[in-house]
Amino acid sequence: MSIKVIRPGLLASIQDLGRYGYQKYGVIVSGAMDSFSLRMANLLVGNQEGEAAIEVTMMGTSLQFEEDSLIAITGGNLGPVIEGASVPLWRPVFIKKGSILQFTACQSGCRAYVAAAGGFEIPEVMNSKSTYLRGGIGGFDGRALQAGDVLPIQHKTREASRLFHYLKKELGERSFQSVDWYVPAGHLLNAGERIVRVIKGAEFERFSSSSKASFFDQSFQITHQSDRMGYRLSGPKLQLEQSFELLSEAVAEGTIQVPQAGNPIVLLADRQTTGGYPRIAQIASVDLPVVAQLKPGAKLRFTEISLEEAEQLYLKREEDIEAVKTGLSLKEWSL
Amino acid sequence: MNQRIGLDKEKIEMKPLGDSALVIQLGTEINTAVHKKVRALTILSEKHSFTGFIECVPAFASVTVFYNPLIVKRTYDTENNSSPFQLVRFMMEEIMKQLVEEKEEKPRIVEIPVCYGGEYGPDLPFVAEENNLSVEEVIEIHSSGEYLVYMIGFAPGFPYLGGLSEKIAAPRRSSPRVSIPVGSVGIAGNQTGVYPISTPGGWQLIGRTPAALFHPKHNPPSLLASGDVVKFVPITVEEYEHYQETTR
Repeated sequence: MSIKVIRPGLLASIQDLGRYGYQKYGVIVSGAMDSFSLRMANLLVGNQEGEAAIEVTMMGTSLQFEEDSLIAITGGNLGPVIEGASVPLWRPVFIKKGSILQFTACQSGCRAYVAAAGGFEIPEVMNSKSTYLRGGIGGFDGRALQAGDVLPIQHKTREASRLFHYLKKELGERSFQSVDWYVPAGHLLNAGERIVRVIKGAEFERFSSSSKASFFDQSFQITHQSDRMGYRLSGPKLQLEQSFELLSEAVAEGTIQVPQAGNPIVLLADRQTTGGYPRIAQIASVDLPVVAQLKPGAKLRFTEISLEEAEQLYLKREEDIEAVKTGLSLKEWSL
Repeated sequence: MNQRIGLDKEKIEMKPLGDSALVIQLGTEINTAVHKKVRALTILSEKHSFTGFIECVPAFASVTVFYNPLIVKRTYDTENNSSPFQLVRFMMEEIMKQLVEEKEEKPRIVEIPVCYGGEYGPDLPFVAEENNLSVEEVIEIHSSGEYLVYMIGFAPGFPYLGGLSEKIAAPRRSSPRVSIPVGSVGIAGNQTGVYPISTPGGWQLIGRTPAALFHPKHNPPSLLASGDVVKFVPITVEEYEHYQETTR
């Protein structure tokens, strides 16, 4: 069982939930930019939620299935088609041997996840299959996927096998077959001017009163100098009340730091482990997938919530994911 | 080495870094006293880690603890009235109580071979001139020092070292090099460092080490860890080349 990369497109790489446990050695965490969609894609095909999947960026990627396969595509709608027919998102899909899946256009969001039942057989480096592109660590040979790469797939679970055989029977003359149900989660990631919830950062009070006000009042745009490491934003310039020396310390995914020039940077999956710039805010974990789906040019606004609210949202999201897990096992049971 | 590490509770601040991490501030400047607290707390937190603990990241004057809020809440919130941050803060306070009793661990000494000057250290003559020293004197001073690894950050395996003699401090290059080769040993201001990966930079390069500071397949992947003491050992070009051949 394997998937062959016909065209890598703008950027495609292997990612899981990241490389934790080694940040004290300066090892970058990496992992899926939109971890929510990665988890969903895996659950839909009976995998452990942290299995590695292909993270497809924007468009142009095409993949060929060398055997009959069971996959799920989640995240942004990047116009996935097989022989001109749209492949539905957020549900398990059976794909016939030889079919080519193409990502044709960015319709919403900018990153899609392709999980295969069983997961990809990729060696773990420091307990993770994620690719850290700049450092050449992990994933497929430490690099982005290239034309000709063959990604082997591991054995799928019994539940996934049942689904696989059920859909194969329904296939008929088509090259793919999906179920008639899906996980209603795409709305979480819709584009437009997004309101992103943050809690104040450790140095928030050190910014000038006008900067503190404009951080919440005005909108910011994601510049083209944005990648998996972080998004550079343009908008009102943010200045400190008084400059001061800050000692480098740990940063996290979603930390918004402000270098001297005043343009904030949102740290994302491939961020450095430590930083020395003042941190004006920290994005609530539940809104990180939303931010990860925004592409250069998109606008966003920040709104303040308390730590307690961010924690409640986090716990609620995890309960929702558990409900999806339960729902999926019932669906599979009923086949 | 049975010295006790006194912790003034009043000065210790715990603050959230988002909804999944907590920062314990142990000081406000870079010095060995603060570093010892950072090191002791890192060792203790790893030894007595709680359910839901992911990892901790030591820095110059703080330790950041990353955790899974859901697991923490479900494991420890028996009364259902505390938030994950409150629970982790409470557990870290308990761990901090033991810090007073913790013995100071002897630092690990790591020798790093360096081939000084020549093509590996093109800026060595500049550093010498800047300080009115001979090239040999710069090598002597640099390789007789003991350097404390305050923290690892910036890049995989990159050590922030303290302890450079002021006698060989030198300003950064006015125009940074597009690419500094792996293993380069440099000076910038009163800092010295070793580059584990190739990167652009403005450091004055005085030598290069054939030793790998970072290897993804080694466990741990980094040659150095926070709290180690580094000694640079001068080697010849022949030794450098031999070292490379035998470790490749």
